[in-house]
Amino acid sequence: MALGREFVADWIARSAQAISEHRSELITLDREIGDGDHGENMDRGFTAVAVKSGDLPADATPGDVLKVVATTLISTVGGASGPLYGTAFLKGSQAVADQSELDGAALVAFLTAARDGIVLRGKAEVGDKTMIDAWTPAVDAAAAAQAEGRSEAEILAAAADAAQTGAESTDPLVARKGRASYLGERAIGHRDPGSVSTTLILRAAADAAAAA
Amino acid sequence: MTVGLVIVSHSAKIAEGVVELAGQMADGVTIVAAGGTDEGGIGTSFDKVGAAIEAAESGDGVVVLCDLGSAILTTETALDFLDDSARAGVEIADAPIVEGAVAAAVAARTGGDRAAVISAAASANGATADVSDAVSAAGAVASSDPDAGSDATSSDVHIRRVTLVNGSGLHARPAAEFVKAASAFEAVITVDGVDATSLLRIMALGRGKGSELELTAEGRDADAALDALVALVESGFGED
Repeated sequence: MALGREFVADWIARSAQAISEHRSELITLDREIGDGDHGENMDRGFTAVAVKSGDLPADATPGDVLKVVATTLISTVGGASGPLYGTAFLKGSQAVADQSELDGAALVAFLTAARDGIVLRGKAEVGDKTMIDAWTPAVDAAAAAQAEGRSEAEILAAAADAAQTGAESTDPLVARKGRASYLGERAIGHRDPGSVSTTLILRAAADAAAAA
Repeated sequence: MTVGLVIVSHSAKIAEGVVELAGQMADGVTIVAAGGTDEGGIGTSFDKVGAAIEAAESGDGVVVLCDLGSAILTTETALDFLDDSARAGVEIADAPIVEGAVAAAVAARTGGDRAAVISAAASANGATADVSDAVSAAGAVASSDPDAGSDATSSDVHIRRVTLVNGSGLHARPAAEFVKAASAFEAVITVDGVDATSLLRIMALGRGKGSELELTAEGRDADAALDALVALVESGFGED
């Protein structure tokens, strides 16, 4: 069953709720190896997204909603995650712009374009201890699940599981991008906050698809 | 023509302070601060950056100076949202925000185009280290055998001495004019051992009125370069 605009709205609402619930955890993670603003910034951004996406006309497509998510995150987050997640949703929305419903191929196209947007903006690679360590395995897992003919909900669940594993893989790394890169080996043993918020957002997508 | 500048910092106070500092040396250059989040907190604002770029554009282009990572990310994202013609006029400098802004502002003040302003800002990279290198190198030469010193001066290097006669010496505006003049020649030129095309390195020399400068030039048009630069210094840069 392809996913429509209601799925996107539910995904955003679940993302906002998950980030709000994990706000303290994200702040703590970011305080250890960054500037401590990730939880607050993401909570402010997704709260604004939940409000703005509610204002869209009834005939808005999933791509329209995702574009509002992008522009709202860019203008409200206030830290590096604003341009990074904003560019992700913007490039992702462009990849599915003409579709009224998202099937498995569209979801993979969205996730791939989103990840490519983050790489374009932040220039990070896998292993740099950034959100890309969650995004790239998620894209690969989603593509593999789609190739096996799995359902939309299964594709997104595979992406969320891979993002979770990817986030955990950042624990032993030295950061090569972002504020944590100033810390050198002191970053070892701490999980990258962006990889954790990525996992929350992809898990929210999987839950919304399962409930659709 | 005057290139406009935008200062993007995580802190509104830093952005405003840099505008104040750079503006002191660059009367008439539009320098706009875009610091902090929309709520005035620490962070960067897409909307503030976009508005600042618009305010700084007077038709001759805009150069943006940024502090930490997300300031650059936010600025790049703001540039992506400009239409192609507006986008073409804006460039982000790869330079430290304070020193780069000062160098950029002075270059803009002396009529530099966008490429010249970008290059002036970039000259701030490692400027302090180079000055201390030059100073320690000079010390090493002074303490060594004088014959060795003269051997090191190849016959292809032309040397000229000239005394600063203007009131502010090689301060911002005169230094910028000096750099502009030196940049017009092919020859590799130094002033008191530092690169004559680096505004910040020249300013860091701190040479005032009455100081004698040693100019060296090496290359095809070395003599012409030294003639022009000596004449410029002797003219007092239009000051009293």
